[in-house]
Amino acid sequence: MIDLLGMEFMQNALLAGLLASMACGIIGSLVVVNRQVFMAGGVAHTAYGGVGLAFYLGLPVLPCAVGFTVLAALIMAMASFGRSERSDGIIGIMWAAGMAFGILLMDLTPGYNVDLMSYLFGSLLAVPRSDIWFMLLLDVLILGVVLFWYKDFLSLSFDMEFARSTGVPVRLLYALMQVLTAVTVVMVIQIAGLILVIALLTIPPMLAELFTDSLWKTMTLATLASLIFCLCGLALSYHLDLTSGASIIAVATAGYVLAWGFKSVRGRS
Amino acid sequence: MKPHDQSCPTCSGHGLPFNPEPHFRPLPGTGTPVIELRGVSFSFAEREVLSEVDLTVAMGDFLAVIGPNGGGKTTLVKLILGLLAPKEGTVRVLGADPLSSRPAVGYVPQHAQVQPSFPVTVHEVVLLGLRRAGGMLSIGRWPGYRRHEKDKAMEALRMVDMADLSTRRFDALSGGQKQRVLVARAMVSDPALLLFDEPTSNIDPQGKICLFDLLSALSSSITIVMVSHDLISASTRISSVAVVNRKLIQNRSRELTPAMLELIYGTHDASCPLDEYIRGVSSIFGQAGPRNTP
Repeated sequence: MIDLLGMEFMQNALLAGLLASMACGIIGSLVVVNRQVFMAGGVAHTAYGGVGLAFYLGLPVLPCAVGFTVLAALIMAMASFGRSERSDGIIGIMWAAGMAFGILLMDLTPGYNVDLMSYLFGSLLAVPRSDIWFMLLLDVLILGVVLFWYKDFLSLSFDMEFARSTGVPVRLLYALMQVLTAVTVVMVIQIAGLILVIALLTIPPMLAELFTDSLWKTMTLATLASLIFCLCGLALSYHLDLTSGASIIAVATAGYVLAWGFKSVRGRS
Repeated sequence: MKPHDQSCPTCSGHGLPFNPEPHFRPLPGTGTPVIELRGVSFSFAEREVLSEVDLTVAMGDFLAVIGPNGGGKTTLVKLILGLLAPKEGTVRVLGADPLSSRPAVGYVPQHAQVQPSFPVTVHEVVLLGLRRAGGMLSIGRWPGYRRHEKDKAMEALRMVDMADLSTRRFDALSGGQKQRVLVARAMVSDPALLLFDEPTSNIDPQGKICLFDLLSALSSSITIVMVSHDLISASTRISSVAVVNRKLIQNRSRELTPAMLELIYGTHDASCPLDEYIRGVSSIFGQAGPRNTP
């Protein structure tokens, strides 16, 4: 076990799990309380367009995917703000269009032989050290923004109309929230893949919300839960030779079911 | 009204009548209306929601604005808050434009707009009502609250008799209790005007009585405007009434005139079943009855 921790790929995997858990705990909590899980799913699939663009242009994947996804998230935010009854259709279009754009660019990339599965289902054990530094930078950005405007995010998440009446710049913060979701999604694609990313964004905050009475506590507990799921999933993946992303999601799902059962039993007694 | 007792689940057995301390901001200047709308029209796309509306609310008034769904009640509230700008006419609140006056206006939005399930305590909900000076980058936006802010939120909770439940999760409260907390959130910034949008939605009858007792007590120290489609609840404790259904008619007393009833319901033959209902509403508001078609 000690030998295993001495290997760089395993150190990178642990660090990536830690950094992604932090982002998932914080932003996932905002996604869940704002009921924007579907939008986060749309952002995740649109990210594939960024991946395709990076390969087509020969650019680094992570920064290129971040830029592309942030742009797509801003378009979704502008199109859906204040029009919740139509937002699902707009998100659905962006979801499919982003994915198709990525596939087409992959087709057009000369000598294309990228492991598509690693982006669809993630590969925590293959995260390079250079991406760790970029993830750290994104985590600092997410933490700083959410910490500074915590009260405003809380106010608009709880009651957007009242937040507007107190002068909270609701439209700006709503767009900022989508940008942070996009950043987090791209970061977590490394670990769980774009198909499973939505699970890491929703399961830990939903579990945490069962046991907390404030948003910051939900964020903290969700970060911790996400980290535990990543570590357990990684161990499972290594020992049973399974796909790491799917193993993490399986552990997270089992964790949520257990927590929900515990809460239900305790509520009855 | 008979004081509430331990049997009232909404009041948690506090024993009304309320007697809130008049610690809120004194009403500004005498003679200036708290709200003044002149010739205000507003449209969503091609649909005219309000047409040439005039409204004057004096200091200390407790005004109920009633009307059918889609009649323009919520639009009226948003114009007063400065969340919407009129297409024509002027809106003045506390002698200034609505955006400038916003810090002095407490707002209780429709109950249904609040997230039904949310990890937040009652105390923190009230803290969200505190105004923060400065722009997006001001230091007041940092997380955490100062001691005096927490004390102020507790004081507002005591006023609505919810201090005992301050540490409870907001979504664990009953509809009536939630509404009281939202009143505390609106009152924590010491407003001169309290705007209420559909105060009785999602509240059981006993909760409505408790809420209107609270509003009645508050009206001794603050101007209150509430919009509602719940005519019977709105009839209690108010000092004046206005009806809105694209047009607006205001009455300085709490009586509904035949013209007001006609604006809401139109004209009906005496044999029409709705006529009987209208006569019932009229009697609640202390008026003889509607005009019938010949």
